[in-house]
Amino acid sequence: MNQERAIWVVGDYRNYFQNRVTLQLLAKAGELAAKMDGTVCAVVMGHGVEEWVGEYQAHGAQRIYVMDHPLLSEYLPGLFARALESLARQRRPEIILIGATSFGKELAARAASRLGTGLTADCVDLYLDQEGRFVQVAPAYGGNLLAEIVFPRHRPQMATVRPGAFAEMPHDASARAEIIRLDPPAGLSGDGVRLVSCRRLGYQGEDLENAKVVICGGRGLGSRKKFKNLHELARLLGGEVGATRPVVHADWAEEERLVGQAGKHIKPRLLFSLGVSGAIQHTAGIADPEFTIAVNKNPLAVMMQKADVAIKADAHQVALALIRELKARGSS
Amino acid sequence: MRIVVFVKQVPAVSELPWDAKTGQLRREAAEGMMDPAAKRALEAALRLKDAHGAQVIVISMGPPSAEETLREAVAMGADRGFLLCDPRLAGADTLATSYTLARAVGALSPDFDLILLGCHSADSETGQVGPHLAEELGLPAAAYVEKMALKGRKLTVERVSDGWLETLEMDLPALLTVTARAFRPRPVPMTGLEQAFGQGEVFILSAADLRADPEHVGWAGSAGRIIKIYAPAAQKKGELIQGTPKACVRELMARFGDRLGGLLAKDLSGEEQA
Repeated sequence: MNQERAIWVVGDYRNYFQNRVTLQLLAKAGELAAKMDGTVCAVVMGHGVEEWVGEYQAHGAQRIYVMDHPLLSEYLPGLFARALESLARQRRPEIILIGATSFGKELAARAASRLGTGLTADCVDLYLDQEGRFVQVAPAYGGNLLAEIVFPRHRPQMATVRPGAFAEMPHDASARAEIIRLDPPAGLSGDGVRLVSCRRLGYQGEDLENAKVVICGGRGLGSRKKFKNLHELARLLGGEVGATRPVVHADWAEEERLVGQAGKHIKPRLLFSLGVSGAIQHTAGIADPEFTIAVNKNPLAVMMQKADVAIKADAHQVALALIRELKARGSS
Repeated sequence: MRIVVFVKQVPAVSELPWDAKTGQLRREAAEGMMDPAAKRALEAALRLKDAHGAQVIVISMGPPSAEETLREAVAMGADRGFLLCDPRLAGADTLATSYTLARAVGALSPDFDLILLGCHSADSETGQVGPHLAEELGLPAAAYVEKMALKGRKLTVERVSDGWLETLEMDLPALLTVTARAFRPRPVPMTGLEQAFGQGEVFILSAADLRADPEHVGWAGSAGRIIKIYAPAAQKKGELIQGTPKACVRELMARFGDRLGGLLAKDLSGEEQA
């Protein structure tokens, strides 16, 4: 039998209205599928998930595997990994893509282990090269590097992909997918973890993720006290404060303000980047701002190179001068 | 109770020198430190030790310099440290790493009750090793844990995942990864540090000591092959402003004030406002 080449996108629908990464992956999977004569499949696991089946159909899925069952009513990675594993063993997809949310990363790692296959974390791009290899572009080595990775032998090829890396397709209510309803594997149970309670938290940085103006501070600001001035600057500019990993580690800012690969993914129109060197873990969380102003004593810092306006000066001093200037201009 | 903590030595700086010719990271050029999240995993283990009594062993895979990190862990209160150090283990992706770590657990502490790791290391941030290892060992597991309580053999944890606060329960043995914002680590006592470097119990093991299948460790056991590695191009040709902070801000406003005002939807002209 001629092996079908399927690209699967695993539906992560828990925070549907904030988290569009599943839709973004369906769009990218469509591009890849067109080049490899493949099929774009969505996988929806859970209980009472019909709404998402409709959404994925309207956003580019050509086929949807639906496992809708009370056994899957708890949104637990250990449980979903088992269901996904059994489905993948039966249907043998070529590629499995999962959004790099906290849930998606945990689910993907567990499913990859169960399938004995490789998994690339936090991809920022995916493409097929001239030899038809599936190339995953991901931050590497914790430095300022990107690596292009292929899986010569292991199948399926799995990747988690950073939210915001691709654009979703417009909603098409007339699109029709082949819908395949399946029971969960016989005797499905999780890994022994029991969900006692869960509730949606309040501010978790959604404002930061959706902010049009972001003021990001790095270690170059000098101290926790100096970092605090950014809140004043943010107030004057009508923006939100973001932070780099070293700043969060030094407790100058809360973890919710971490911008980067393992933190918030921001997409501001205007970005102020103060005292930030621009390690890729940080820049991977920033989707093309229209205008970037960087301040750093080191003009060669990556962030300075990426900026529209690079100000070579002490970041803290410039923040203070900017606050004064904005106040003087009546932006209070 | 037996607790295994996996720690990792990471570079103490965020920008690492790398060799443009080979595409290799010059790890030797950077000072190392204990990964912040791993240090918090260790602290979580030590708190269980303080409260319930436990034997805490610490395992790290890495270059010879990672021995320092293990000695630091012993100084903080761990009972013993093991460094998995072997050229054959180098170049491992998360799949090969978790296989190796699972072999180490089997060889060093097969009757463990709890395994703790940092949820993602500061230098690679994949967050994959903990969940992979849970599957390798067939354990109930939770990532991103911020609180835990132990009652008998029942472990109750709190974690935040994608903006949801979850309370989860599981029976030991189990595996947890903890975030870098919980379990603020205790200071390393200087006397403990001196002792740990003088006589602390740190042992070095090879792949053969773990009876690991050479086909499943290091580069050989990794699924991924890097075909290209590069520093992402700085795409923009920006304007450079320099001078005193005040002069810089004045120049910024003079040249780009309109643009900023447009982006902010605010009048920054400084003229009288209604």
